[in-house]
Amino acid sequence: MKKIFEYTKGMLPVSTHYCPGCTHGIAHRLVMEVLEERGLLGESIGVAPIGCSILSHNYMNVDMCESAHGRAPAVASGIRRAMPDKIVFTYQGDGDLASIGAGEIVHAAHRGEKFTTIFVNNAIYGMTGGQMAPTTLIGQKSTTGIEGRKKEISGMPLRVAEMLATIDGAVFVERVALNTPANIRKAKKAIDKAFAVQEKRLGFSFVEVLSTCPTNWGLNPVESLKWLGKNMIPYYPLGNLRSPEEVE
Amino acid sequence: MKEKKLMKGNEAFAEAAIRGGCSLYFGYPITPQNEIPEYMSRELHKVGGTFAQAESELAAINMAYGGALTGKHVFISSSSPGIALMQEGMSFLASAEVPLVIMNVSRGGPGVGGIQPGQGDYRQVTKGGGNGDYHVPVFAPASIQESVDIIYEAVPIADEYRNPVMVLVDGMLGQMMEPVVLPPIRRQITSEEIAQKKPWALTGHKGERTHNVVKSLRLKPDELEKHNIHLEDKYKKMKRELIRYQTDRLQGATVVFVAFGTMSRIINEAVDHLEKAGIKAGIIRPISLWPFPDQAFDEIDPCTKVIISAELSLGQMMEDIKSAVAGRFPVELIYRVGGMVPTPMEVADKTKKILEVIA
Repeated sequence: MKKIFEYTKGMLPVSTHYCPGCTHGIAHRLVMEVLEERGLLGESIGVAPIGCSILSHNYMNVDMCESAHGRAPAVASGIRRAMPDKIVFTYQGDGDLASIGAGEIVHAAHRGEKFTTIFVNNAIYGMTGGQMAPTTLIGQKSTTGIEGRKKEISGMPLRVAEMLATIDGAVFVERVALNTPANIRKAKKAIDKAFAVQEKRLGFSFVEVLSTCPTNWGLNPVESLKWLGKNMIPYYPLGNLRSPEEVE
Repeated sequence: MKEKKLMKGNEAFAEAAIRGGCSLYFGYPITPQNEIPEYMSRELHKVGGTFAQAESELAAINMAYGGALTGKHVFISSSSPGIALMQEGMSFLASAEVPLVIMNVSRGGPGVGGIQPGQGDYRQVTKGGGNGDYHVPVFAPASIQESVDIIYEAVPIADEYRNPVMVLVDGMLGQMMEPVVLPPIRRQITSEEIAQKKPWALTGHKGERTHNVVKSLRLKPDELEKHNIHLEDKYKKMKRELIRYQTDRLQGATVVFVAFGTMSRIINEAVDHLEKAGIKAGIIRPISLWPFPDQAFDEIDPCTKVIISAELSLGQMMEDIKSAVAGRFPVELIYRVGGMVPTPMEVADKTKKILEVIA
């Protein structure tokens, strides 16, 4: 019988700590599948953030480190300078990257650091229990905005992909979502291109992955996927913002 | 014969790090240490190393963490307010057990303070400005030659203990020129040596070993406690092995000064002035500020009337002196702060006044 599906060697055979319905598991797998297919698992060094995915190193079968809150792009820059031959990536959430680490991500892009960032945006702080993030949508409830985010108080949600796409060094910028099988396939393609950009050392590559947080959204997993499609995608439009010719 | 060169402090420090085998430098501009990143940007690539200017001190130390966790030798530098920003990183590196050499060319504080020499960093560097139970060994040389030698030696020390090590000088040493004999060039660590000596380093597992993880988070209290005790065992070892100090003229001294760095050089002259005035004075010069050389105080002659902490800060080191003296002698303070530096005569006059009160 022909084997049509195999678990990626990029993921270690352990259960994750993620909540039921959380899309971190899908995002992890897509990144690891891409690295496996490109033959890069043994050549990669990953940087985990502060947030739910700090423990991603328990699941991803590549050399990895933790980093202080928001500092993953600086850590990855250091690794990149030390190891010019390796594949380097950060995997960060929206509290880590868009809030406390906004400076580090902008300057990593600005220097055109030749690593890849996977930015998992679920519009809320997950690990600390549902506080408002820079990416929380208007009207979206959080534990630090129980009546829903208000523009007058907290400003409009930050569109990180669009912001980074204005920076020359960020040569590949795409936003994808994990709410449908079709979108998941597109997400994998984008992640694959981001690593292709890095393999060719063309500059900084960035994929924003719209994700769910059923626990802190107060929705079940299926409702969460629908909520993502209905509320997040209109404000955070999917698609490629920058891509070099070399990977097209 | 070894060649003696006249060098500016900051440039000599950078050269010492390069000769010590450091191949990576990350920094952010701040006075009075700017000649270090400038020198590194010119020179490091010539030995196959990499210089990168960070967007902040926060980023600089985290870049250094990234570089050092691959097993390579990394050097960074900053000055007092920048060191404050790096404290998060120092705590993290100590927790993750990643070696690093940090140069602090300190200035007056608090806050932005000024850009003239100061020793007001004593507390932030010896007591650990970051969170949690950790220590960073701090060496405080008093000349450019001694700085060069200590930076060179700090590279293997950081490796041995898998911990950051700091070399603390004040802006005076960074900005002045002195003759210096540079150490021989130590070969940079090879990937084979990293694989052998640093099996924890992140180098890509190549499918040949299980994946390595460099981490700080330990969610289970029993696991974190175990890690804390493991770190504490290292700190106890450092206390046994890394204490450095010099003493001079303690025998029969009426007054014993305790001073480090630039201040110790002023005290050396003040001691001469006092001797001419018939007052016998000795000096304890701590070179390691953490671990603090408590045992040096056991060498003090019982005839001594007073111990004086001479600082470019407001009694920060005096706390450690009092703890080491443990009530055996009175401890007084002579200081200038804000970037002001006393003359030897000024110190001698103040000492005489202190002795008048005590006698």
